[in-house]
This record gives sequence, C-alpha cells and structure tokens, in this order.
Amino acid sequence: MRDVAVIGVGMIPFGRRDQDTLMDMLAYASMKALDDAGLGDKGVDALYVGNMGAGILQHQSSIASALVDRLSLLPAAAEAIENGPASGGSAVKNGVLAVASGYYDVVLVAGGEKMREVTGWRATDFVATMTHPEVEYPYGITLPGMAGMFTRLYMEKYGLTREMLVEVAIKNQKMGALNPYAHVEMMITKEGIYESPHSVVNNPPAADPLHLYDACPVSDGAAALVLCPLEMAAKLTKNVPVLVAGFGQATDTHTLQERDDPTDLKAVTLAAQQAFERAKLKPEDIHVAELHDAFTVLEIAESEHVGFFKKGEGGKAVLAGKTRLGGKLPINVSGGLKARGHPVGATGVAQVVDIVWQLRHELPEDRQVKNAQNGLTVNFGGFGNNVVCFILRRVEQ
Amino acid sequence: MAVDMELESVLRPPEFPQAPYPPKVITLANGKRMVVREVTRADVPQLLKSVHPTLFIDRDYYNVVGARVYAELIAWQYYRVQNEYVLVGQVDGLVAGIVNGRLYSPKVGMSLHTLAIDRGLRIGAHLFAAKMEHHIEYLNQDEVLIVAESPIGFRRWMIEYGLEPTTIPHELGGAPSYKLTRELYFKSKSRLVVGDRPVPQDLMDVAQQDLTVATEKAIREKIAGLKGR
Repeated sequence: MRDVAVIGVGMIPFGRRDQDTLMDMLAYASMKALDDAGLGDKGVDALYVGNMGAGILQHQSSIASALVDRLSLLPAAAEAIENGPASGGSAVKNGVLAVASGYYDVVLVAGGEKMREVTGWRATDFVATMTHPEVEYPYGITLPGMAGMFTRLYMEKYGLTREMLVEVAIKNQKMGALNPYAHVEMMITKEGIYESPHSVVNNPPAADPLHLYDACPVSDGAAALVLCPLEMAAKLTKNVPVLVAGFGQATDTHTLQERDDPTDLKAVTLAAQQAFERAKLKPEDIHVAELHDAFTVLEIAESEHVGFFKKGEGGKAVLAGKTRLGGKLPINVSGGLKARGHPVGATGVAQVVDIVWQLRHELPEDRQVKNAQNGLTVNFGGFGNNVVCFILRRVEQ
Repeated sequence: MAVDMELESVLRPPEFPQAPYPPKVITLANGKRMVVREVTRADVPQLLKSVHPTLFIDRDYYNVVGARVYAELIAWQYYRVQNEYVLVGQVDGLVAGIVNGRLYSPKVGMSLHTLAIDRGLRIGAHLFAAKMEHHIEYLNQDEVLIVAESPIGFRRWMIEYGLEPTTIPHELGGAPSYKLTRELYFKSKSRLVVGDRPVPQDLMDVAQQDLTVATEKAIREKIAGLKGR
C-alpha cells in the first residue's frame, strides 16, 4: 500500500445558496481544490463524490459522472458514495484506498449537499430516512429526537450538564464567526442563550434536553480535495503535502434499541482505534480535531470515545477551556457542524479540508492552531451506526 | 402634501380609544439588548427606509410582507387605517424589526405583519409576542385574528401558539384565518413572551433619539445572508 497525501483542497462558503445548483457547488469546490493543487483540469484519474440526498432532494442521480463532465475531466472514473451523513468521509476513504492500492495516481474527492431548497421540516424528514424504516421512522423519530434521548442518558450516566453543552455552542459559534466559509457567522453569549430569563425564547427546547442552539443548521455547501501518492506530491504541487496517516471505519447497529448501552458510541471508538493504529499515533499526539457536532452533545461524547478524554471528562474539559483555540486540544476550530454548517454529504470532506489548512499552517492567526502537526476528524453517520475517522499528518519537506 | 381637514374629517376612519404599549427590553442570544417600543406616525418616513429594501428580496416572502408593511405604514401615516399601531425592536438605536396590527373592534384585534430585519436572533418571534402581548394585556382584547404569509410565520404563530382556525375572514386577502384567544395567550406566555420593564433610561434615550436604519446593502445582507459568493 502506498502512502497517500492530500495535495489540494477547496471549499465554498456554506449556508443558503439559492442561486447555485448542487452541481454548481460541487464544481466550484472541485475547481478550487484542483487549482490549489496546481493541477488545473488535467490528470485526474478518478472522482469520488460524497452525497446523501440528490436522489431525494434534487431528483437527480449519477452525480459523479455529471460532475466529471461538468469539470471536463473525461474520461476519469467516477462514483457517488451515499453513506448518510458519513458520505463525505466515505468518499475520502474510497479515494485514499484507490490511490493507496496503486490503481489510480490522482483522485479528486468532492462532497456536497443542497438541503435548503426544501423547508426545514422536509430537510429533517430527509435526514430521518437514515433511521430504521420499520421500527424507527414510522413512529416519527428524527435525528434531533435521537440526540435528545442520547443526551438525557449521557447526563444521567456521566453527569453531563446543559452548561457544558452551552459552552460548546458558544465556542463553536465564536469560531464560526471568524470563518469565511461558515454558515453561522453570529456569536452568542451565555447570558443570551442560557442565563437570562429571556433565553426561554432565544433558545427554546428542540428535543429535550437539547435546545435550539445545540443543533447544527441545515446547510447548502460543498468541499473537495485532491489525493495522490506521497512520493508524487512534490512533483505535482508546491503545497506542503499532508499525509493521510491513518483512517478507520466502523458500523454499529442500525437501531439504537439494539445497543447494549445506547450511550456507548462503539463505532466511534473502533474507527478511532483503527486510525490511531494505522497512524502509529496516540490521542495525546493529536494537535487539532474536527468532530461531528451535529448536536453539541456529540462533540463531547466523541471527544471521549476517540480517547481524548475519559468518559465523563469531555464536558469538564470544555468548561475548563481545554478544547478552545489556545487550549490543550482545540476541537472544531472551524466552528464545526454547529457553525460551519452541515450539508451532510459535504461534511466529511470539509472536515479533512479544514484539518489540511491547519496542518499547512495557512489559516489566520485567530484560527490557526500553532505548529499543528497531527489532526483528526470524525464523520458520524446515522446515529453513530457508520463512522469514518481520519488522522492527518503534516509532512515537512 | 396639502391636507384639506374638512375632507379629512370624512375620509379618516373613526378610532376607538387605544392604550399605549409600555416599552420593554429583551436580552437577545448575542447578549445585545433590544428595546421594543411603540412608535408614532412621525417615525414613519424613517421606518420606510428600513422596509424599502425588503420589497425586492425574493426570499422567504420578504417581498410580499415588505410591500404590505410599506403600504400599511403610509396608510397609517395618512390616517387611512383605523386604530393601527406599530411597534419596533431596536438594538443600539438600529431598527431590527417592525410589527403592526390594528383594532378591528374594541375586543377583536387584527394582526397585520411581522418583519424581522435582523435575522437569526428570533427578532420576529420576540416582536410577534410583543404584538400579542399588546392586544391581550394592554388593549385588553379577547382575541386576535392572524394569518401567515410564509412557512416561517406558520411555524412561529400557528404551531408555537397552537392557534385555533376560525371562519372569520382576516382582512389580509382571504388566507386561512386563525385566532389567538386570551386563554391561548396566557397558556403560551411563559415560554414565548419575555421582556423587562421599565427600560433603563439610557437604553430608552438611545432608542428614542436614534431611530436609525441600516444601509440598504446591510439590510439585504442581514436578510438574504452573505453567501452569494
């Protein structure tokens, strides 16, 4: 297996992009990644596209081959990967495997979703199609509903508090306000969403005990990256190559009710263990992480399940400022899904793009983790039933 | 415009006595304080500047709501609407949103429009609540007739307040009509209606002295977002 490097990355601002089609967004992000790598439109062997909902939301299929044509990359091989909200991570994983195997040299991976052309209700229903079609979906379960129940159990078992969740929301929206690619560019305060009696309207319950500001927005957006063998990177690009040092992927039961302990995100633990093993690194070697905070509780739970903190300690770490920029382990410096947004098929790719920017030391001072060498991503599909984890490493030239 | 007061006495609708809305202050999610207060006809020219950019925003039905609010403000300014009132939300003097309504009769209110200029802070939810508070608690009405012109409005009013459908037609074009009763209002009040009174004098002074309006570009960006990139 060959070592694989990320040599180009691109993203478009997430948010509500009424003027763009899904294909427009995927093309813009792809062109940015190709330009960043210095490749132009030449030499791409294969394209993988992460997307969950084009068939439902846009009534469109075969988007990967359409994108190849749109980008004038014919006759590159093309495949769309649908894996729920982990579609982006899965697309990156398949791209990495394709290069690592030696079959392709240059692979473009794009992820995108256009969710805002339907109402919030329809978008929630669309995301809920990942739940079990016989024992969950017909009974009205939604992802916020699942997250609410998970949070209640986590509070009871590990002493998680609303204050901890509030701090995650404030931290991530603060970082989002600094990120030109973020959907939510508004800072919030503890007084405004938690302490003031007026917060009952500002931050109403969404799925008890989760409130409005505990959830990510419904977003449009796309991100892309270019992969090649590490040994070819210097010939193809002037960018500092970022090595895909390790990855892992694991699944858990489709329904939450079948898990021995619903608070145990086994797929996160297993995916992270695989990634650390392949990268020959430990959690304490990670300098920056992008975790899948579709709900604030998930940032805390995932930070524990990947091994950054012991169970029950993740929330305390947030309160202590350990996960802020400048803290011991900055998490979701991009603003995370909470503020950068969550166009589901784009998220897993965007997380890797953000970590690549961190490891190339290209971000402005107010968003750059100083001297970051290793970064980790967790892309969380379903309610933890399909998780992809990457560890990336800066390669000094 | 020259006004013939003799003719005006014929043209102007007769009005019922109408209690004022006592101003209040609300802490928003971003920690800023929004003063909610009743404005007068003299404020209309300034408010129109705030509404005008929305006429051309084809998003979330802002053009529909904006055009109607624009007309309602002018009609109110020239005494062509009976018993209308207008409340504004101001943050540091800047107009963040406008709501209006009127008394259909002493006991029945007619909710007109809710226009949030600043978005993402539940300005519309706060101002709509203030409007309902005014009808029920200060104008002492029994019910308020309401229609929604956007999906956001439907969610905010019909669902969050649990409004009751009614066959009484609303004067805004025949859309399905709903009503907020006193019972429904007080049932929802603790979770939907907030604000502190009295408003600290320094905040009130800024609100009254600086009824300021963001630039047309800023208003468009606030409403439509910055993501046209």
